[in-house]
Amino acid sequence: MEKKIYMTAGYNTISLGTGRKEFNPGKPRPGIEHYIKEAGSQVLSKIGGPDAVDETVIGNFMACRFNSQAHLGAFAPYIDEGLSGKPSTRVEGACASGGLALLTGIKSVLSGSAEVVLALGVEVQNSVKAIYGADILAAAGWAAERKTGHAFFFPGQFSDRAGVYFERFGRERTRKSFARWYRNAIENARLCLTAQEYHNTVADLETLAMTEPNGKSFVDYLNLFDCSKVSDGASAIAIVSREGLRRIGIPVEEAVEITGFGHAVNNITVKPADPTELSTARLAAEKALKMAGISIGQVGTVETHDCFTIAGILGVEALGLAKKGEGPDYVLAGETSRKGEVPFNTTGGLIGWGHPTGATGVHMAVTIMEQLTGKAGDTQINIRPSKPFGLSLNMGGDDKTLVSIVYRRGE
Amino acid sequence: MDYDNKLERVAVMGAAGKMGSGILLLTSIEMADLSLKPENRGRTFTIQAIDVSDEALSGLMKYLRAQVLRIAEKKMVWLRLMYADRADLVDNGQIIQQYVFDVLNVVRPTIRIEAAYDCHIIFEAIKEDPDLKKKIFRKIDGVNPHKPWYLTNTSSIPISELDRDAGLDGRIIGFHFYNPPAVQKLVELICAKNTAPLLQAFALEYAERLGKLVVRSNDKAGFIGNGHFMRDALHGISEAERLTAEVPLYEAVWMINKVSQDYLVRPMGIFQLIDYVGLDVVNYIMQVMNPHFPGEEIHSPMLRSYLELEIRGGQNSDGSQKDGILRYEKGRPVGVYDLASQQYIAAEHFRESCEARLGPLPKSFQPWKQVVASKMKDEFFASLFQELKTMDTAGARLALKYACRSKEIGQQLVANGIARTDEDVNTVLLTGFFHTLGPINNYV
Repeated sequence: MEKKIYMTAGYNTISLGTGRKEFNPGKPRPGIEHYIKEAGSQVLSKIGGPDAVDETVIGNFMACRFNSQAHLGAFAPYIDEGLSGKPSTRVEGACASGGLALLTGIKSVLSGSAEVVLALGVEVQNSVKAIYGADILAAAGWAAERKTGHAFFFPGQFSDRAGVYFERFGRERTRKSFARWYRNAIENARLCLTAQEYHNTVADLETLAMTEPNGKSFVDYLNLFDCSKVSDGASAIAIVSREGLRRIGIPVEEAVEITGFGHAVNNITVKPADPTELSTARLAAEKALKMAGISIGQVGTVETHDCFTIAGILGVEALGLAKKGEGPDYVLAGETSRKGEVPFNTTGGLIGWGHPTGATGVHMAVTIMEQLTGKAGDTQINIRPSKPFGLSLNMGGDDKTLVSIVYRRGE
Repeated sequence: MDYDNKLERVAVMGAAGKMGSGILLLTSIEMADLSLKPENRGRTFTIQAIDVSDEALSGLMKYLRAQVLRIAEKKMVWLRLMYADRADLVDNGQIIQQYVFDVLNVVRPTIRIEAAYDCHIIFEAIKEDPDLKKKIFRKIDGVNPHKPWYLTNTSSIPISELDRDAGLDGRIIGFHFYNPPAVQKLVELICAKNTAPLLQAFALEYAERLGKLVVRSNDKAGFIGNGHFMRDALHGISEAERLTAEVPLYEAVWMINKVSQDYLVRPMGIFQLIDYVGLDVVNYIMQVMNPHFPGEEIHSPMLRSYLELEIRGGQNSDGSQKDGILRYEKGRPVGVYDLASQQYIAAEHFRESCEARLGPLPKSFQPWKQVVASKMKDEFFASLFQELKTMDTAGARLALKYACRSKEIGQQLVANGIARTDEDVNTVLLTGFFHTLGPINNYV
């Protein structure tokens, strides 16, 4: 890149929903504006206030239906009056909305129109019961397919992928790898105060996760432990140039440098040619790695979009860490655990930390920033000098909009 | 017999009552589900929801709408299949709203008994009054040309007696739901001497479709459930009266309620259960049962004393507990009615002295909520009863005596041919009353 781009001063609210002790479905909860304000103002306080900010970008998927609220860009001044009169935009790409907010910010800084961008992702989904939330989230697919789709539309899509995967590569071993994925996610989440599964105390996670799927009440090939939960939350981070870093007074080693990014979409009206593959994810990650000029072997930690365990496994394969059909072995060998070859989703990922859809892409960046700068607290992993890079892979819809970003510690 | 045909035209007598509303809910859902089957398209299923007040029926429809919505949200996978051919219904939310309408559209609320005159199936869930039930049956059967089948929800009146006195020729069966019918899995099924075999088959199929657990009881007043409950209650009452040698009655009531709840690990103590069911209902049931068991004295002057002072218990229309022998706040007992001063005495005035008198709870004690979910019930009860037998406290003695009496009642039900097996008695108490331990066990 012609210009160096950094991310710093990240912040995550808690991911609120079932599992958190403070969550009570019968009681009123904070609205979407609360989350925007909390995440945004926390970042502002780390970067010297609103005066340093040139522009705000808010990633959000479906506030217009979950919260009857569109026009989120105009909430920037609600974070701080000092953002009044400045540009602010809401971007949307289903569950990749957060990733698109990051890319939009990166491009603003690259273009020279901004030196400091406040990038934020937010979603508040507990406003409706899951059965109605499924209708809202289904809009990440093609509306013409909703009628023939499953009651739980997206679990249905990924259950179908899992079904084909079972058939082609073996059910038992794959389900065991799902259970291991779940265990890794929860164990990581237990280390992270803001994670939705932080309070989870189940002793034998893998046995629980092996519960037989029940197609009569849910979907045929996945159980509830294979799925990320319904979450409310926001994440925010500052995207800055070298000049921006000076402006906000943060030393470069407390920031991560963005060394590559990849963005790819595929036709939303077309079903996947091979359900056992995330081909768009593969493409986006390849672009990001190529731009960074590195191989996957140099990546020391990954945040991947495990909206479902099967998406986690397919993500491992899309990144080229395991061959097709061998993702389960890689996971079962412990390579994705926090002590493995490439620790994945070190604060729990979508299944463990939570999945406030529009916030997820930003949450991934915050997690990697904290890991690479040594500020991950109890969740801190060891970043080896031979593998100094981090990579995030944020997916919208069923492998339709993909954003992948490569990071390394600033120097 | 065609099950679907029989359920095409149904009536529920007493539809707005506690039991009737649940029966109406389950049956209207079953009927709507039948109407959604492809082979039943074009057929109109109706259920006459008959009760005496428009106000109660209005409340019933609100209850029904809320409950159907809740149920619909849980069967979305099936509903999408059923409405697959409706191109206009795309979202879960749209399908759910259509289903709620389709269920409510089966229901015809009315205060006119005439609505039952054209029905094939009559569910009866009115007051536990034998004469009133017989009168209603005779009235309907005299003019209904279809020779309808009657499913009575009586919990105590012998079905053969209803059959004979109403002249129904075996077209009646006891189908006793537990309260609340939408939640409780148990149904006691009671045949009269000559209940029609086809009606029996229908009742079994209907129970299975509703996912109910059927326990057959012989046709003796009180059947298994009330056969145990009434005698168990009388034991509690007589124990409380016995304790009045030492303490005022209201304290004795508190102590026995505590022993029957905490020491026996039941969801509520015996006096709370009497309040839950309603003192007037309990009294009615005893009146029904008493003549059938000469020498047993199934009646309670103490209960009648409360009733004379308008102390009735029972539930409000929202399901919350009304004050009865005990006073309640947020569903928990906080005082006891004192017959002498005719007012409630707050528990804070006597709780400590009652507990001192009973002695400490067994060390192995666990609350009902914990035990009911436990997979280690056997180990728990083995150590609980072991401990009770070695404890030298009033509480432990009362508890053991109570458990022995409960077992004796259960064994008598089997010996008298009311229950077929020990297992049936235990199933009724475990599922219908949510006890954690069947009365007929080896710990006592």
